[in-house]
Amino acid sequence: MSINRFAPPAAIFRHVVLLTTGTLILIPFVWMVSLSVKPPGEIFREHFSLWPEHFYGIANYTKALTSSSLPHYMLNGVIVCTMILALQIAVCAPAAYALAKLNFPGRNLILGMVLIALILPREVLSLPLFILGYHLGILNTYAALIFPYVVSPFGIFLFRQFFKTIPDDVVHAARLDGLSELAIVWKIMVPMALPAIIAFAIFSVVGHWNSLFWPLIAVRDQNFMPPPLGIMAFKNEEAGNDYGPLMAASTIVVGPLIIAFLSAQRWFVDGLSGAAVK
Amino acid sequence: MSSIDFHEIEKSYGATPILKKVSLSIADGEFLTLLGPSGCGKSTLLRILAGLELQNAGTVLIGGRVVDGVRPKKRDAAMVFQSYALYPHMTVADNMSLPLRMRRLNAWQRLPLIGRLLPGTRGASQEIAAEVARTAEALGIDHLLTRKPGHLSGGQRQRVAVGRAMVRHPAVFLMDEPLSNLDAKLRVQMRAEIKELHQRLGVTFVYVTHDQAEAMTLSDRVAVMLDGELLQVAPPQEIYADPDDRRVAEFIGSPKINMIEGVVSAPGRVSVAGTTIASDIRADVGAHLTLGIRPEAFRLGAYSERGAISGTVRLIEHMGSDLYVHLDVAGVKQPVVARLLAERAASISIGHSLSLSVEPERVLYFGDDGRRIRAHDKPAKAAAALVRETA
Repeated sequence: MSINRFAPPAAIFRHVVLLTTGTLILIPFVWMVSLSVKPPGEIFREHFSLWPEHFYGIANYTKALTSSSLPHYMLNGVIVCTMILALQIAVCAPAAYALAKLNFPGRNLILGMVLIALILPREVLSLPLFILGYHLGILNTYAALIFPYVVSPFGIFLFRQFFKTIPDDVVHAARLDGLSELAIVWKIMVPMALPAIIAFAIFSVVGHWNSLFWPLIAVRDQNFMPPPLGIMAFKNEEAGNDYGPLMAASTIVVGPLIIAFLSAQRWFVDGLSGAAVK
Repeated sequence: MSSIDFHEIEKSYGATPILKKVSLSIADGEFLTLLGPSGCGKSTLLRILAGLELQNAGTVLIGGRVVDGVRPKKRDAAMVFQSYALYPHMTVADNMSLPLRMRRLNAWQRLPLIGRLLPGTRGASQEIAAEVARTAEALGIDHLLTRKPGHLSGGQRQRVAVGRAMVRHPAVFLMDEPLSNLDAKLRVQMRAEIKELHQRLGVTFVYVTHDQAEAMTLSDRVAVMLDGELLQVAPPQEIYADPDDRRVAEFIGSPKINMIEGVVSAPGRVSVAGTTIASDIRADVGAHLTLGIRPEAFRLGAYSERGAISGTVRLIEHMGSDLYVHLDVAGVKQPVVARLLAERAASISIGHSLSLSVEPERVLYFGDDGRRIRAHDKPAKAAAALVRETA
């Protein structure tokens, strides 16, 4: 490893690859931000420029925020994502603890089922979930947006892997100290697995903030729409082909995610690489 | 009252038996060490006592009360783990106060924020903090209370682990190889501190180790375990000088006891490695025995009334006050090791022959089944069978 790091050709190659992929990923993003500050006339110009001749950002962003109920969609996003995350952790942490540290008949079978759930595409389940939601009478409410995601196989699996790295003796010590099994989960395992929890939180929030498919099915009322659905509605009704405000709205929607990711980046890598707390 | 009784404890993982009908009684206030090589089941026995694992059969009593199926926290036993098992996200003070908080505060009072507002929480919390501070002071870790375990040295962590166990005044103190992660110097120091702790607290200690020095220095009694069986339970001196079983004799003592094959050549005479030793064991003539001779039982030189073993010096180890001499003896597979006074070094050199005499009363005899044959004891079964064959 350390030899590779100092070998110039390999290092150059690695950086070229990283820079190329990085650029490819970033271009649409930069383009979006660039369009969001351009006046309508400049957007479809033939020659390419990142920065507009006439700065139109304030007008575009004002329009994005005022001409539709974008702030309301974002509030919906916050409510839905927070609820999903809280319930996911409440379900996944005890489940993962049981799979990682307790011995009971059928444990491997249940773990197998979790893994199967992990490879099942979400979309496959949307019809049954829609019918279930209909029978529960919760379609077109926040609950409809939340309930399919409460049990996260990915969360259970990620937490289980992390909990497994925590020594059994810590669990034993906690039992002798008088903690109940649930107290062990919340007072010992979850705090020790904080990097994994944060990594999972980012995945969950990003996924559900940006989710379009299920909200499209589950809600029709604009009052419950999460941001991406809100943008679609916004595009159809208000802006038409007015791409400046549309891109401004998209930038506003993505903003909180970028801030969240950058501030939690340190734990994100720790959590996914499964580095146990020492 | 915190005596401990194990009654015919059996435990197996799958088809592998870990404990085979282990029965053991530990008196109130006793320091008992479970000694054995790794994998002998000693830690499993301790965990069964703590309630962390369940036995397949048998009964455990603490203070005369059957505790099978009683949850660990209700057993009034505290444990110090080899890895210390401190909670890394909590400060030393939080680590030590957790067992008290779990016992003295109810579920509502333990809630963050709300708990503090409930009646009684403040008083109890202050009491707990005071007790933690007292314990920390007694262990000399009061300056570390605000730190987290990650910032402590091995010895300090060890003390915190002891403090966490001590703070709730358990009836039984369990220690699972608590010193094996420390360096040699610190180990000796902590060993003395644990001994002192036991004298001060006066409660029952059950200590698990594979280190015979720890077992010998700390314990009132040592229980030697091998392959899931208790071989002998006795005070350290007795375990060393008067072992019941060949395996105990071989496990205890450094350098290892010399094991030499011998035959009863005539009534009261045992011939071994080219010499004859007077012996008052009652074994029949022709019986095969194994003689266990501790390295320090040898004396330099041959005396007519004692058996003398002669051989070629193969290796000399200087240990300061002592000298370990390895001798190749004809008819003995392993080199015979003798511990001699260092002053004798001048008269011994590698490659030369040497005669060692042994006092007959210091020789231990073992039968073919590994059991000890004592003086005026019945002959070993194997020996008897052999006699029948020849007759």
